[in-house]
Amino acid sequence: MHKSKSFACRLAGMAAAMAIGIGASAPALAADITGAGATFPYAIYTKWAEAYSAATGKRVNYQGIGSSGGVKQIRAKTVDFGGTDAPLKEEELDAAGLVQVPTVMGAVTIVVNLPGIASGQLKLDGPTAAEIFRGAIRKWNDPAIAKLNPGLGLPDMAITVAHRSDGSGTTYVFTHYLAKQSAAFMREVGAGNTVNWPANAVGGKGNPGVAATVTKVRGAIGYVDIADAMKSDMVYAALKNKAGNYIVPNQAAVADAASGANFKVKGMAPDLLDQAHRNAWPITSATYILAYEKGADPAKQKAVVDFFTWSLNNGQKMAEELGFVPLPAGVVKMVEAEMKNIK
Amino acid sequence: MPNGTESIVNEATGTIEVDLQARQVRKFRAQDSAFHYVTMLFALVVLAALVGILISLSVEAMPSLKEFGPAFLWTNVWSVPDDQYGALIAIYGTLTTSFIALLIAVPVSFGIALFLTETCPVPLRRPLGTAIELLAGVPSIIYGIWGLFIFAPLFADHVQPHLQALLGGVPVIGGWFSGPPIGIGILTAGIVLSLMVIPFIASVMRDVFETVPPILKESAYGVGCTTWEVVRNIVLPYTRVGVIGGIMLGLGRALGETMAVTFVIGNANRIGASLFSPGNSIASTLANEFAEADPGLHVSSLFALGLVLFVITFIVLAISRWLIRRGMGAEGL
Repeated sequence: MHKSKSFACRLAGMAAAMAIGIGASAPALAADITGAGATFPYAIYTKWAEAYSAATGKRVNYQGIGSSGGVKQIRAKTVDFGGTDAPLKEEELDAAGLVQVPTVMGAVTIVVNLPGIASGQLKLDGPTAAEIFRGAIRKWNDPAIAKLNPGLGLPDMAITVAHRSDGSGTTYVFTHYLAKQSAAFMREVGAGNTVNWPANAVGGKGNPGVAATVTKVRGAIGYVDIADAMKSDMVYAALKNKAGNYIVPNQAAVADAASGANFKVKGMAPDLLDQAHRNAWPITSATYILAYEKGADPAKQKAVVDFFTWSLNNGQKMAEELGFVPLPAGVVKMVEAEMKNIK
Repeated sequence: MPNGTESIVNEATGTIEVDLQARQVRKFRAQDSAFHYVTMLFALVVLAALVGILISLSVEAMPSLKEFGPAFLWTNVWSVPDDQYGALIAIYGTLTTSFIALLIAVPVSFGIALFLTETCPVPLRRPLGTAIELLAGVPSIIYGIWGLFIFAPLFADHVQPHLQALLGGVPVIGGWFSGPPIGIGILTAGIVLSLMVIPFIASVMRDVFETVPPILKESAYGVGCTTWEVVRNIVLPYTRVGVIGGIMLGLGRALGETMAVTFVIGNANRIGASLFSPGNSIASTLANEFAEADPGLHVSSLFALGLVLFVITFIVLAISRWLIRRGMGAEGL
């Protein structure tokens, strides 16, 4: 009996301790801002948040839950800003009262696993890549590939297409590029976060999943974002751009594509694919944040603007180190002007 | 009762002591009934959670079930761009991988359990038994990573070509082993799953085999039975219920396994004729698509898939209960 009493006492004590713990952590959270969305910029937003916190003492918390999740969460007003790789259209922004600005650029690269072939040796053009990724070209020694690669020993090997099995902004960018190149691709595979891949395709979870599939399956071809391709030393293909040059993916080629685009549109989301500049990497994209034009809490709205203004001015080097491509200086000015609408 | 000592201490004080005892008895009775209701509450929480999950799954799945009707179950399409969804691909993947897993795991586990209980040298018993239990504790993500990075390439290089050469020409069965040997697919997922369920099935089988009274086995050996005859005629009939329970436990794990399967099944939304071809299971489809699912039919269809998995698991459980009850009736236990 005494035992049961003391046990009840202990339970009550525990409950009280927990309540105090919860109460104590609540005020600390109130001053912070929270964002959620695209996983692609997760690494850089987190890096920026860390540096920003060290410099100003203010905390920013970003959760990589996926682009559609980011749009969902900002619409539901559960976060202070949302992240998305797939920009919202002008009318969607107007309807929801959202401001959209780009933060950092990225690119998608085509990676392969072919015995004896090193990075940049395999050359592809858009239409051929579309034929491969829709499953119309099934062998590496297909005449269409051989024509672009005279002198390269292409094996008589089955092609395995590696793709993202989870819905992904990387897939969104890549399939939109291929759909621009080929009507057949658009019809059969489609363009979006999740699409209908052909019968010789294998899905991997996340960029690392695709990278692992390409590394482990001989004859595989896949797509990963440029930061992942550089990090894991994968064999990437050179791709023919609109100007007719074969470009190897690197940050300079992405920056060149960005410099040719016109960001002076509502939502600041010009089509960055297949830019006409001489050295432009064809599969270039930007990632965006969404915030409310008129938010419920002006202090938080200002905190969001402050964080990204600070990051765009102080964080470009960090972005480069992580394999991202900073926005061109002119675009940063435009983003700052556009963010004045976040009140 | 803890009050025994107290009543002895109070023995000298006559009537007061009686009141005290009556009060104490009332108190204990109240405690007992409080205990009863508190534990009942805990048990009801489980029931409420189960019903709650079922209801919320059904509510979320409703738009999809309304749109596609019962045909959702046998439609061989899962296309996000066309907004057309059917569960057949995922059901096929889930059932096929689980079936392959059991096909491998049951005989192997049976062998392990028999060796451990019947013929294993005594000093080896404990280390082997512990090793099997440890294997059961390995997180599934480890099996997935190992499957993708180590097992799949080995399987593609050293097993799949031989399987193809050996069985490729056989009618019907040949088709199961056709296609490019890429090491990732339904068969690989089934094999990795079998490794994951072996420890569960083997340890249950070992435990039930140990419950056979030694006197039965010794009598059989005494009349000249071989080890196999003892197993066949004494151990198995005696433990049939437990063995079925163990297999069902393994099947339940295989049906719902998510991470390991997602890594090695290939995540392709189609049914291939070959076991080498990539596919998708219910759990891996959910893991892959939920985070980025478009609101509307896509999300709703994913919930419907979850509901289907719930029902499949429920059916498996019901069948195993039924088998166990039937088995117990036959044995008169």
